[in-house]
Amino acid sequence: MNPDQILYLLQGAWGTVLLSVLTFLFAGLLGLCMALMRVSDNRLLRYGASGYIQIIQGTPLLVIMGLCFYGPSVLGLGDTPALFAAVLALTIHSAAFLGEIWRGCIESVPRSQWEAAECLGLNRLQRMFKVILPQAIRIATPSTVGFMVQIVKNTSFASLVIGFAELSYNAKILNNSTFKPFLYFGVAAMLYFIICYPLSWLSLRLERRLTLAGS
Amino acid sequence: MTEVVRLTNVHKWFGDNHVLKGIDLSVSRGEIIAIIGRSGSGKSTALRCMDHLEIIDEGEIMVCGHTFGAGMRSKDLKRLRLDVGIVFQSYNLFPHLTVEQNITLAPRSVRKMPLSQAQDVARRVLTQVGLLDKLLFYPEQLSGGQQQRVAIARSLAMDPKLMLFDEVTSALDPQLTAEVLRVIETLASEGMTMVLVTHEMAFAMRLAHRIIFMHQGRVHESGPPDILRNPGTPELRDFVSNGL
Repeated sequence: MNPDQILYLLQGAWGTVLLSVLTFLFAGLLGLCMALMRVSDNRLLRYGASGYIQIIQGTPLLVIMGLCFYGPSVLGLGDTPALFAAVLALTIHSAAFLGEIWRGCIESVPRSQWEAAECLGLNRLQRMFKVILPQAIRIATPSTVGFMVQIVKNTSFASLVIGFAELSYNAKILNNSTFKPFLYFGVAAMLYFIICYPLSWLSLRLERRLTLAGS
Repeated sequence: MTEVVRLTNVHKWFGDNHVLKGIDLSVSRGEIIAIIGRSGSGKSTALRCMDHLEIIDEGEIMVCGHTFGAGMRSKDLKRLRLDVGIVFQSYNLFPHLTVEQNITLAPRSVRKMPLSQAQDVARRVLTQVGLLDKLLFYPEQLSGGQQQRVAIARSLAMDPKLMLFDEVTSALDPQLTAEVLRVIETLASEGMTMVLVTHEMAFAMRLAHRIIFMHQGRVHESGPPDILRNPGTPELRDFVSNGL
């Protein structure tokens, strides 16, 4: 492997990190909306969110990628930039999962906490943002960090449909010209590990701290 | 005397279970009422109805001048909650906030009080319950009795006209129970109107102006604390002899 090839793989790794960070940002926002809608008093919001989550969880990420990349041009909206299509598809997909994870965390805050806040005269939004969410975030942190690992790995789907220059895509390009799949995919796997392992480690540690605090 | 609470023919069902079968009850300003009775007699439900935590199916409730039946507009509900303080068996302090933040949260968010003023209130109510030194502690660093006293202080910070206590010592050992009861006695001496659901018979007898004995969803017997010594009905006699 020559330095150019190593640099090329590292550029791919940077693409993976970029996709992951953007996805986490936008999926986090959309996922929070979904979670809040799922526990809302308003039936329309609740049904809307659970419909979204069910449809997206039942659709392969690859298909969502295809729709996001080719859809706009089919509809006559012009070409979609690869980065935009990839982030959009990953966001749509991840938000459904994050929304569901976070709904569970919100609901695991004891009912009596809602009640105590209600009796002090706090309105629904104040109860949610000042009493329930701060506690839910603590509960949600380990599983959320764990899901970030999932997002990092899912970015590789972007290489298949969209051809965005992330780690898997660049490994594939190198392999296509050199036919050394073990070398390039092996190094790519190592780079994925280097990105994901700190997250897995953090997730485990947070989980252990939460169990200790809860006991 | 001004009436602070009035329940008129209050009915409540949980599904098929008829929990309150026509409760009539009235509390005057400065009065201390102890509601006693077996588990499942409806005493906690009756108390929770007074703060609209349970929505009644029939009848009418007046609390601090707010009258409501089965439904209530949210604006009126907010005013009701400002006038009524409630303390629960399980304390229900907010674990992510310090004692001070637990107390200042409602004055700041609901009454829109500036921080420094809310902190003054926190210090005042914590002094009332004897826990000024715990200002910056988190709930998990306190004993059950201390947590319950903070919960009482948190309610007091909103200057309630009526305090409701729902079995506030049931989760505590005798020593911690005593320290919480002392706080309630201080409130009583200051003339606070209170309704207590309690299993502490001796305490009820000493402090309450009136005892309400609930049995199978009805007010079965009520009167001055003396009725605990000389019950008028076999059910209360039975309950008292088991309870003491």
